[in-house]
Formats: sequence, C-alpha cells, structure tokens
Amino acid sequence: MKKLIISLFCLLSGTAFAQNPGAGKASAEPVLFYNAHIFTGNGTEHAAGSMLIEKGLIKEVSASDLSAKYPNAKKVNVEGRHIYPGIISPASTLGLAEIESSRPTLDYNELGDYNPNVRALVAYNTDSEVIPTVRGNGVLITQATPSGGVISGRSSIFYLDGWNWEDAVLKPDDGLWLNWPRRMSPSFNFQTMTRELQKNEHYQKTVDELRELFAQSVAQKAGGDPYDNLKLTALNGILSGDQRLFIQAGTDKEVIEAINFCKEVGVKHPVVVGAVTSELAIQTLKENNVPIIVSPTHRLPDRVDSDVWEAYKLPAYLAGKGLTVGLHYNDSYWRTRNLPFVAGNTVAHGLTKAQALALITSSNAKILGIDQWVGTLEAGKHATFIISEGDILDMRTAKVTRAFIRGAEVNLDDKQKRLANKYFEKYGLSK
Amino acid sequence: MRKILLLLLLLTGQAAVFAQPNQNGVQDKRPGYFLFKNATIHVDPGTVLEDAWLLIKEDKIEKVGKNFDYPKSARVIDLQGRHIYPSFVDIYSDYGLPELKRPMGGGRGGAAMSFESEKKGAYAYNQAIKPEVKAAEVFVINPKAADELRKIGFGSVVSHLKDGIVRGNSVLLTLGEEKDSKSLIKADVSSHYSFLKGLSTQTYPVSLMGCVALLRQTYYDADWYKKTKDQPERNLSMEAFAANQSLPSVFQSSSFHDALRIDKLGKEFGVKYIIKSGGDDYKRIDEIKALNTHLILPLNFPKALDVEDPIDAENVALGDLKHWELAPANPAAVAAKGIDFSITTADLPLKAAFFTQLQAAIKAGLSKKDALAALTVNPSRILKIEDKVGTLKTGLLANFLITDKDIFEEKAKILENWVQGAKFVINDVSTSAIAGKYNTTIPGFNRLTVSGEPEKPALELAMDTVKVKPTVSRDKNFLTITYRKGNEGVSRLTGLIGEKKITGQGVDAKGQAFNWTATLIEENAAAAKADSAGARTRPAPAKGGVLYPFVAFGNKELPRSEDLLIKNATVWTNEKEGTLVTDVLVKNGKIHSVGKNLAAGNARVIDGTGKHLTNGIIDEHSHIALFSINEVESVSSEVRQEDVINSEDINIYRQLAGGVTTSQLLHGSADCIGGQSAIVKLKWGESPEKLIIPNSPKFIKFALGENVKRGNSSTTPNRYPITRMGVEQVFVDAFTRAIAYKKEWETYNKAKIKTGLTAPKRDLELDALVEILNGERHITCHSYVQSEINMLMKVADSLGFKINTFTHILEGYKLADKMKARSINGSTFSDWWAYKMEVKEAIPFNAAILNKMGITTAINSDDAEMARRLNQEAAKTVLYGGLTEEEAWKTVTLNPAKMLKLDDRLGSVKSGKDADLVLWTDNPLSIYAKPEKTIIDGTVYFDLDTKDQKEKELRDEKNRLIQILLAEKGKGTPTERPVMRQRQEHIHCDHIMEYDGVSVENLDLFLRILNASGK
Repeated sequence: MKKLIISLFCLLSGTAFAQNPGAGKASAEPVLFYNAHIFTGNGTEHAAGSMLIEKGLIKEVSASDLSAKYPNAKKVNVEGRHIYPGIISPASTLGLAEIESSRPTLDYNELGDYNPNVRALVAYNTDSEVIPTVRGNGVLITQATPSGGVISGRSSIFYLDGWNWEDAVLKPDDGLWLNWPRRMSPSFNFQTMTRELQKNEHYQKTVDELRELFAQSVAQKAGGDPYDNLKLTALNGILSGDQRLFIQAGTDKEVIEAINFCKEVGVKHPVVVGAVTSELAIQTLKENNVPIIVSPTHRLPDRVDSDVWEAYKLPAYLAGKGLTVGLHYNDSYWRTRNLPFVAGNTVAHGLTKAQALALITSSNAKILGIDQWVGTLEAGKHATFIISEGDILDMRTAKVTRAFIRGAEVNLDDKQKRLANKYFEKYGLSK
Repeated sequence: MRKILLLLLLLTGQAAVFAQPNQNGVQDKRPGYFLFKNATIHVDPGTVLEDAWLLIKEDKIEKVGKNFDYPKSARVIDLQGRHIYPSFVDIYSDYGLPELKRPMGGGRGGAAMSFESEKKGAYAYNQAIKPEVKAAEVFVINPKAADELRKIGFGSVVSHLKDGIVRGNSVLLTLGEEKDSKSLIKADVSSHYSFLKGLSTQTYPVSLMGCVALLRQTYYDADWYKKTKDQPERNLSMEAFAANQSLPSVFQSSSFHDALRIDKLGKEFGVKYIIKSGGDDYKRIDEIKALNTHLILPLNFPKALDVEDPIDAENVALGDLKHWELAPANPAAVAAKGIDFSITTADLPLKAAFFTQLQAAIKAGLSKKDALAALTVNPSRILKIEDKVGTLKTGLLANFLITDKDIFEEKAKILENWVQGAKFVINDVSTSAIAGKYNTTIPGFNRLTVSGEPEKPALELAMDTVKVKPTVSRDKNFLTITYRKGNEGVSRLTGLIGEKKITGQGVDAKGQAFNWTATLIEENAAAAKADSAGARTRPAPAKGGVLYPFVAFGNKELPRSEDLLIKNATVWTNEKEGTLVTDVLVKNGKIHSVGKNLAAGNARVIDGTGKHLTNGIIDEHSHIALFSINEVESVSSEVRQEDVINSEDINIYRQLAGGVTTSQLLHGSADCIGGQSAIVKLKWGESPEKLIIPNSPKFIKFALGENVKRGNSSTTPNRYPITRMGVEQVFVDAFTRAIAYKKEWETYNKAKIKTGLTAPKRDLELDALVEILNGERHITCHSYVQSEINMLMKVADSLGFKINTFTHILEGYKLADKMKARSINGSTFSDWWAYKMEVKEAIPFNAAILNKMGITTAINSDDAEMARRLNQEAAKTVLYGGLTEEEAWKTVTLNPAKMLKLDDRLGSVKSGKDADLVLWTDNPLSIYAKPEKTIIDGTVYFDLDTKDQKEKELRDEKNRLIQILLAEKGKGTPTERPVMRQRQEHIHCDHIMEYDGVSVENLDLFLRILNASGK
C-alpha cells in the first residue's frame, strides 16, 4: 500500500515537478508577430515592426505591419513588447555540469593534456535542470565547451531545447579548445605564503609538442595512412578550416605567440577567448583578422593599478580598435543567465545599446561560425528569438515572456519557478 | 637529596666560570692593558674627543680621556688619524641559536588537523606559546656568523629564538669566539612576541586574528594562574610568562598595520612593547609617532625592479615602485618625527650589504649622529644593557671599532673590531698603499704605473708609446709579475715592496736573470682623480609623496568632510516620502535637511538635475579589507575581525566606485561559531581603526552546512563535526558551557566577601557567547538548507538566545513563516545556486518571498567583485518575484542597516542621519547607472569628475619611477625581476587569507604540502 502511494506520488509530482518541460514543436502555419519593438541584432531597430515566421524560419522582418501581405498567417499582437534574437552563450559548461562541487555530475574535463578527440557533443545533457533557468533569461544557444589540459577537446553548439543531444545540436564539433601554455606558472612561496609566478620551465617543450601534433596530423593525412590516430585525425577540421580553434591564453605575449603559432601550422580560423589590453596584442589580432570573445565584464581588474572599471570598458575599447568582439560568461555555467546583463554593463562604459546587444547576438554568431542560421532577425535565418517586457540588457526590465527556437515555442517554466510557486501558494502571497 | 643536586649544579656551574683546572702547558697570562693613543674617540654619539686615549684592561674599558697616567705594562698603540667607536649592538638577532627548521612530515600524519601541542612536558596547551624558552640555555658560539657580524661593526647582540607567538627570553652575547661562557653577558634581557606561529605543528591558530586572540587569552591565563592558589596542575609556561612580564617586551611586526595592532593589544594589558618595525613606518608616520614607543628598524630595502619590458612592467604595482623609492628614507622619516629607534641587521639576507643599505638610508636623510645612536646607545638603553655595551665608558665591555675615517663616510673602513678586549682584524692596512708612478729599471721599460686596491694592484709598464699590462699578484710585501713583450716569451719577476721603492729580480724569456728597481715619483695619482670624480655627485632628485592608502588611487592628502547642497536630484529617501525630486543639504557629516529650494549657505552646490541621489549601499556580508577571514576551530568566537583590518585593500576603492559605503566584515564560514564582525565605512585613506564605525553594535558569525562539516574535502576530515547532526551538538555544547560559565561569574560577582574566593578564569571564547546570551552580541548565521536553519532556530529557542540574521539563507523561502515568527532577518544572494549540493534548491525568488513575508531582507555580496554592483543585484528582486523598485532598493540600503542595528544612523535620506550618499548618473537599479559621487560622512571618497585625473596621476607617477629605475639599471645597479603576483581570486567566506586564499576544503591538503616542504 505504502509503495503504491509513493509510486503514485512520484507519478503525479514527477510530471508536475521533477522534470524539465518537454521540447517545443514548431507551428505548422505561418505566424506573424506585429506591433513589436524589434531589435534585429545587427544594429537595426523597428519601433513598431512585424516579423513573419514559417516552417521554423524567418520569412520577413519589416519596419511596418505585414498583416496585409500575409493574410493567412496566424497573428500575434505583441504591443509594448520587445523582440530580440536568441542570445548566444559561447564557452560554457552548461549541460556538461550539474552541481559544481559534485564530481559525478561533471563531464567537461577529461584526463590527460591532449584531448583533441573528445567531444562535448555526446556528454551534453538536455535534461539538466540548470538549462531552463538560463533560457528563461533569453539565452537560447550555448556552446558546450570542454576545459582542462592543453587541448581540452571539441565543443558543440546547442539550442537550449530538445529531447536529446542529437536533437538539440545546432552545430556539432564546431571547434577545438586550446589552452596556450603559460610562460609563467604559479608556484607557492613558503616564505611569503603567497603564490608567485615563476618562469614555466616546460613552456617551450609544450609549444614544441603542439607544433609536432599539428605537423604529424598534416603528415598522416598526406600519407593517407590507413592507421587512424584519433588525436591526429581530430585536428583535420581545424587545418581544413571547417572548424575553429578557440585559444585561451593567459597574457598578451602568450596571445601573440599563439596567433603566430596558428599562422605557422596553418590554422585557418583561430579565435581568442579572454582579454587583451596591450597595443601589440591588439594589432596582432587585427592584422591577422582574429576575432576575440572577451571575458565577462563581471570580473575584477587584473591588477591593483588597473582602472577600476577596466573590465566594463574593455569590449568598447577593443571594438574601437576595430576588432571583431564577442562576449561570454564562463564564470559558472549556472550564471550564464546573466549574459544579457554582462553585455548591458558595457553601455555605461562606451558602447551603444545596439552594440552591446550585437556582442551577444550577431558578433557571437559570426565568431562561432553560425551566423548563417542565428544571431540576427533576418529573412532566411532560424526563427530563434525572444519576446520580453522591456530592455533585455537591463535587469530592471528584462523579463522574458516567450521564447522560440526554430519556430517552436519554448516552455519557459523551470525548477526554480516551480519551487517559487509552491511557496507563493503555501504562504498565500501575490506574485 | 635535592639539596645535594643543587650543590652539584652550583659546583659545576662555577667550574665553567674559572679557568680550566688542568691546563695543558704553561700558564700564558698577559698583563692585559692596552692603551690606544691619539685617536678621535666617539665615546657616544654626542661626545667626540680628538687626540684622545682609550685604556682597556682585559675585557673592560678602564679609562677614556687624554694624557692620563697609565700602567707601564700597557701595550701602547698609536692610532694617529684613526677613529674609535663603540662597536654596534643588534638587539634583534638570532645569532648563536639553533637554525629553525620545520620537521619533515610534522603534524599528525601530516595531512589532517592537529589539535594538540607536540611539545612534551608541563607546558602551554598551544605549541606556539613558549615563554619558557631561554636563549641563554640554547646558545652556542657560531664562528661563521660572528665573523660576518664583526665585519660590519657589531660587537654584541641580543639574541632570541625567533619561533612562535610567545618566544621566551633573549640573551646578551658578545661576538667573541673564546668560550660560550665568556660570550654570554646577560641572560633574560628581554621577552619576545610575534603574530607568527612559526614551526608549531598544531593547527590552531591559522590566522593572524587567531594569533592575536591566542596571545590575548594567554595574558588572561597567566594572570589567573598567578592569582589562583591551589592550582590543580603546574604549568611551566604560565609561570615563565608571568615572570617575563618584568622584562622589556619586544614585539615583531611586519608592517605598520602590525605595529598599530601591537599597540592596541598592549593597551589592553598595560604593556608598552618595543616594536621591531616592518620598515614601512613612513606610510603612516603620524600614527606610528603616536604609539610613543621604541622602534627597531630593519634595513632590508627592496632591490631595484626590472621594468625594461613595457608589457611585463604593467605587472609592477605603484605601491611596490613607491616603496622601492621611499623605503631607504624610512629611518630618516622615523628620526624626523623624534621617534626613538634602533637599527637591526635582522632582515638582511646578506649581512655584508649592511653598510650599503645604511649609506642608502643616510643618503635619504638619516643623520650620521642618529645612525650611530641607533646602532649603539639607543639599543643598549632601551634594553637596559647600557652598563655593558653601547658606549665607551669606564666599566663597559671593551667592544670597540677602529676605523680609518668617520665610519659613515662612503669609503670608510673598519680596521679592527675589538670584542671583550680581543682584537679581530677586519681590514688589514698593514698592506701598504703602492699606487703611483715609478721610474723603473726593468729591461725594456722606464716607467711603471701602479693602480687599483693595495691588495690587488694593477700594473702598467711603459717605454715611450709601448705599453704592457702584466699579470700581477701581491702577497703582503711580495709582488709576482709576469708579462709578455711583443713576440718574446714570458718574463717573470719577483718584487719586494719597500718604502717608496720596489726592488726585485727577474728572469727574461730567454732565461737571463736580472735585477730591477722601481722608484716612486708620484703618489696615487689615479686614485685621487677617481675621488674627485666621485665627489661630483648630483643632488638626489625629489622623491614622490606618501599616499593614503599606499596603493594605486590612494590620496595625496586625506579627503576632508565638506558641507554640500545637492540640488534637484531624484532622491530615494527610503522614508514615507518615497522617491522625489528635491534638494539635500549636508552639514558636518550629517544630512542636515531634505526639501525643495534649500539655501546653500557656505555649502558647495552640486547640481543633481537628471541624476539620482540615494543612501550609500550597505553590504551585510563582505570579506574585503581583511588580513584574516577564517580561524579553524569549530568554535572560534574569540577571534575578532577588528584586529585584522587592511586599510590598503584596493577593493575598498573599487567598491566606492560601485556606491558601497558600509560593509560588515564577517568571519568566514569554516566554523560553526566563527569570529566577531567588524562593521566599517569605506573611508579610503583612513587607518584601520578609523574605518570601524564608532560604537557599532557587536556581531558574530555562525555557520552551518557543507563548509563547517567540510563536506567538499577530498578526504574525510578529522575535525568534529562532519555531519549536520554533529553541527547541532557543537552549538548545544558551546552554549551549555557558556551558560555554566556565566553562572560561575554571576556567583563570584554576587559574593559580598571575595576574600578566599578566586575569580573564574576569563575565557574569551565563552565571553562572546555570554554576550550573545545577554543580547549584547548579535548573530549572523551562514545557512543554506531548511533542515539546518530549523535546527538552529530550535537550539536558540531552547538555550535562550536569539538569531539576528540568517545570511545566504538560500532556502529561507521554505521557512519564511518560522523566521518571521522569531523576527529573524534574511540576507541573501540574488541568484546564486548550483555551485554545491546544499544550494541545489536555491531560487532567485527567495529575496522577494522573504520580503513579501514581512522579513527584513537584504541582498549581500560575499564577493569583492559582485559588491561593486550590488545595485544591479538588488534590481534582480524586481525581475524575480516582482518587488517594487523602492522595495528592491531597500534590500541594499535600509534593510541591511536595520539588520546591523544601525538604522538610527544609516539607511535613509533623513535629517540627522549620517551623510553617506551616492549620486548616480541614472536610476540606481539600472545597469546603465554608475556612481558619480560616493560620499561618507560628508566626505567625497569617489568622484567621477576626478577619476580620469587620478588615473593620469597614477600613470605619471609610475612613469617617473620607471625612468629612475631605468637610469639605475643603466648605472649598473643590479635589478631583480618584479615578483609577479597572480591575479587575486575572488575572496569568499571559505578562504584562509594567511595561506594565500586556500579554501578550507583544501586546508588538510595544504597543511600536508606545507609540512612536507620542510619550510
């Protein structure tokens, strides 16, 4: 009897509470959103525009009402609301980690220094309870990214909705993640009881190992050797230019060395992930046409002497220097729901709101190589967008009311909202 | 039996004093008188006698003066042109004492916490408390170290074992080498203390504040031990500690912060400590002067930094650059303020660098007289050994230096250093000067030029334009010379140095022998030229000024309070008036009035049109500006954050730039019962004591959950508790003990006749808990899940205390009704979760639910980064859970003021409250807002108008210093690569600052590595 009650309870509460909502389904008929304040992500803004979606794609975006042009479309009046492209979150472990301190739930750091062959693709958990809390703030696309070692593995780009990884993936194995070796490495000084940076004796050795790895990959391919070395084969996409090489480096000098390395070994699309501040590094990026995904603005300045708002200002500074600049939030996967605010923070420090929005939409899309599908609201792209009560970049107004991925409406419920509702109800509070 | 033993001891003791009874050979006792004539004698820094005499007898000074009668048996030494000084005294030495080495793999198994002292015997319970150590008993002569010190002019030292918090007593030693028993002049000269636990393998204390607390408790323990008859047990440490109180007490500091802390502690117990300085007194010289004590100054000035590579040089901090420039001026700065001081060689890794460093101090303004006093009479006076050493007065030890000129002149040489009447030759000037030009008869040449040092001469042989530089070596009066002329083979010469003449013989390349001479025609031409060139040194360029605090963006002068009228701003009053456009007048640091069209009077007018004026943000949960965060006993209520405030933390300025004006600096969450809070205002530039809000209410940190049970440690911890079950018992046990302790005191205090009664022992840990029981100290408890929160509420109910605030309280929403019933406040994160198991049910709607339930709710940071944008975090309560904007704003202003019981002074814009205000460029809840002015007590501490200017000044000052450094490197001054500090991680509540921010979860691992390091 008792067992029966428990299983009944599980069944009831299970459907109601314990799981993420099911993935959305795209509408069969065309849908027109009108009376909308549309932010396209490429700088254009329509104060009372309309957008038609059909079969999961955007058919047309207009500054005026398209109702007359598409009489058969289902019409949705979004007066007073904003429409934005779905926000893109690069370099995140969302979906690869559930509880940060609990090792059994962590799947982003494989054993060993050189793991070009491992793929985040297959470890990505669409049922993570963290995912719905992130998409609830308008982040609809994530780059599931491995970390650790020298070569951490390959990332994949996912929509934040889907029944399984196969179904949710937008671009599988989009890039390889390289942690450029540190010229200086921390060592603990027992006299002063502090960590100090000492010259890394293994620096050159690691760089040589990397050089060898890339050279051997080229050789293996040229030789048509039937023997398939998983690690060497995994570099083929980087060398052919089909995939990007994402480089995380510690200092500006390391960034410069990494870019020179890419030129030398023939990496077609390097991307720097982090922060650079020196003129030399900036010029190196510019001359080599290398984009940068900047570290979050929510971080302390690197040095005591740095401008206290250095991190807030950096995206504007780099954009002003003519670099292609994106933005990520990798502090913790569960905090990536703050990505819109991390972008918003740049506005009081040099960017326009449109530029700030572009960081996390069109720029990120371009840098990740997914701009043919997402990043802006333009005809032919995926109907992946959000509707909010107001300015998405400012938490005062950022409430997201609806979200669509490839035309399918996303259920914005999540575990946290359910818990809140439970207690709003318990105490009889108004929301 | 015991008496016989004592007698035996005495006998053997005496035997050592006298000459060895069975001498091997015949007696060689000399008359023992030496008379030094015709010298310039520096009896003490204020008494210089020209052409004077010094008579010594054996190890003592017999007489100083002129033309006095002296025993005929005296050996007379003429010191025409020489100087005699008392030899130097270093009172902060560890000469002759055992080397301190951490035992490999020490501690219990190395990995876990160690709760007991490993010192065997009836000693203190803590291994870092060692008042019983007597340096006199462990000292042995160390010839190598003695030689090093004699070479730089020292004749005696006061030495102590530099290990532990209470280090025991020092000993006065001479640097002679004859016999240990002769070198030992006086035992128990001074008693020594520090805030460093040293080699103790006991885990407690890990923190600076723990060291302070332990020392404080030791004073109470020893006092109680002394006063209490019928002790249940003997404790030799307590006995020694009490006995040591009659000696001068010397306390080691590593910075001016330590010095201020030492003084504060001393005042509690009526002790005036002599302070070993960290060498940065100039940074807060007025506060140091006010300590009114003797300083022992180190000379370990930083080396020049290598700043050639502009990208790498970005890592060099302004504070380090400025310290490089100003540290050599520290002794002069101390002297200029009339502070009594000595100089020590203690921190010099290379003793030979002593004179170079001293010269640097003199160049930076230290007078030669002050320098001499600091090395002789001052140290001996302060440690009451002036009857032994420090001057050249009759009866003192015959410890003196003979120099060729004024000892502080740049090229002065110590010729001899006499220790207890024994001569040590330092620079042998019997090696005569031979530099000059000679006529010579060496075949094939007619001219010989000698240059270089007497011991290492360089020669040049010449005939018309033909010049040869031979290889030469000198052994006293013999020269060995070899050279090759043209295509010939090697010629070899021997020369004997005589009076203005060198005579010798030689063998030429063909084997033919010859005789030769060289006759001096012109003395020392080259050397004289070099001297005159050296004299033309340029005057030293002006140095940069001190900054308050001494880091980037520090103030050149402390900012002052001003009267201000902010006109037409949108004012968020946090009062029933709500938010309205009006004027606010600030006078004498207070909000004078709020209303339209206020008259400015003398106040500076600030136009607030289009801007927002609010209270300063109050961060209920912060760990910035601290040297310590965690102590690691499960009950650590004895430690105080107020003891360890770091006024120079850049995060103060960064948070002012985010509108924060007040922070509760909490103990971390390593312990069930943590330490006592400090509530500070972020008055950038003021010294630590002035940051603390006067008469602020007393608070204490409690903690529950994974951190206290070390749930995320990689191994099972050995500290109780490791489950939430155990956590409850720690609280019940602590308060049960506190209640009993309270009763004990009440009984004692109530007793009308106290004779025959002994006061209970003061227990600082329980004192804090009794304050809680009495409602005088308020609890802020780190908490996450509902079970433990419920538990603590029940424990509090049953034992009769109240919980003021649950901080973090991420599952507070599940217990809001229970909290409300007990009027407990909630201070939470806006949206943190998923970082560990105990926060998997945390929700961003928590704050809104608590607030809607009528609970006073705050949003806190616990993070130096997030604290800079707490306004944005507050705004999230609008997004999640729908608070109104005014309600949201109160979560970072009025509500934390209420929970800190400071809402009578802070938290709203109301006449009479403190003028802690922020003028924002936009709605303060907006991500687009930034502070334009952050004002505390009417003083503008952050100003957007001058922000750029401050940054420019920073760059200019760095550039000025870098130019000087580059010039130094150009001159060949050795430089060292600047220490590259790793970027400071965000400090959270589970970090241990003293171990470079290691998290408590990794403490065990850290201790294992530390113990294995052997350091």
